[in-house]
Amino acid sequence: MSWQIEVDGDTCIGSGMCSAIAEEHFELVDGVSRPLRTDIDPDDDVVDAAESCPVEAILVRDAQSGRTLAPEP
Amino acid sequence: MTTIDPTPRTYPFSEPDRLRLDPFYAELRKQEPVSRVQLPYGEAAWLATKYSDVRTVFADPRFSRAATVGRDEPRARPNSQQTGILTMDPPEHTRLRKLVAKAFTARRVEQLRPRAQRIADDLSRAMLRKGPPLDLVEEFALPLPITVICELLGVPYADRTDFRVWSDAFLSTSKLSEQQVNDYIEQMRAYMAGLIERRRDQPADDLLSALIQARDEQDKLSETELLDLSVGLLVAGHETTATQIPNFVYVLLTHPEELEWLRADPERIPGAVEELMRFVPLGVNAAFPRYALEDVELGGVLIRKGEPVLASLASANRDESVFDEPDQLDLRRDSGSHIGFGHGPHHCLGAQLARMELQVALGTLLRDFEDLRFAVNEQDVTWKTGMLVRGPQHLPVTW
Ligand code: SF4
Repeated sequence: MSWQIEVDGDTCIGSGMCSAIAEEHFELVDGVSRPLRTDIDPDDDVVDAAESCPVEAILVRDAQSGRTLAPEP
Repeated sequence: MTTIDPTPRTYPFSEPDRLRLDPFYAELRKQEPVSRVQLPYGEAAWLATKYSDVRTVFADPRFSRAATVGRDEPRARPNSQQTGILTMDPPEHTRLRKLVAKAFTARRVEQLRPRAQRIADDLSRAMLRKGPPLDLVEEFALPLPITVICELLGVPYADRTDFRVWSDAFLSTSKLSEQQVNDYIEQMRAYMAGLIERRRDQPADDLLSALIQARDEQDKLSETELLDLSVGLLVAGHETTATQIPNFVYVLLTHPEELEWLRADPERIPGAVEELMRFVPLGVNAAFPRYALEDVELGGVLIRKGEPVLASLASANRDESVFDEPDQLDLRRDSGSHIGFGHGPHHCLGAQLARMELQVALGTLLRDFEDLRFAVNEQDVTWKTGMLVRGPQHLPVTW
């Protein structure tokens, strides 16, 4: 099983929550977050980051089914 | 790089006049986007006025809030805040913010909407029962956010008369004396410390209990941090929203055509709230300076390591390179990129909560008061003075 992560750069307000919670997965470039890799092995930190993003700019999906894993709808 | 007149200008540039933003900001954006200013207290600072530079100051880790500690930071009041989440940088800042962030996400806040709506309905009904004229601040704008944050945090609503008075100390520039500010802050902290002890013995399903648990069971924050954070949540959790509700109503009443357009369809409210957030210059002046951790070039100016920089959100929200006709209130525009809630690590923690409450507040008032008007001449509305924020002291309305 693998996951896909996306960051909506237009929505991101550069809070840095995601890169602090899951530093192996997100980095801030010029105040905007981006995933270091889009396809990842499942990692709860990424879910945590997506749930903590103040503007829900992070989307975590199951790579096979495309089902949204976080943020919880 | 341009050379800058070394003599700093007195800042703020003028006395606050209702919700009017000093046109000098527009001049600065054009002529001198990063300039030297001197606030009433503390050392001289740089002031960024353009949208892109303001965002850089707020989001670039080379500009630090933590470095203000121990410095004579530029400020509008004698007291200088030296502790709390606003004086921290990541990762320390993130450690604390994480503890509360999940309680304020869009989804969690949505779950509070029905409750906020019921509170607003009750307040509105009470106003209709009492009949006009009424002060919208006392009857509606204050009780709505106070009730919401009390329930969320776990603070008894019955104590509001006390903590309302103390809260002003956190936003006073000259309204209160330095002594009063210190006294009220002490009283607020003592009150909150007592509440924390009570919750420790009898936990409840609220944010305060969750923070106590994070402290006692997981050691994720110190006792002082717990206290500062709880006080911060209570104060920030109601003051600003309680001020923005009457500000928004004031702006709408002075823009009748926009108000009429908004009344026509409640679905327009969320977009209108964003435009109002952009348009209303809530802060009297740019506050919370950042110190440069190294030499940084900003807007064509060299900021040297150790120099403080202020960034004006109000000016950024009127930047003509981002918003067409920025000085016009235009509820139809896409104002999504406004930075009324700030930007970067310190972006308002309660932004989603404030948005929801502002939407509920406007929605309820427009629904229940078809002919809402000033009960006095617009010029006779009294405004807060000696505070960090602008807003009507009272807003007498009739219908
Ligand atoms: S948590 Fe959200 S808003 Fe903050 S940097 Fe990450 S994606 Fe951007």
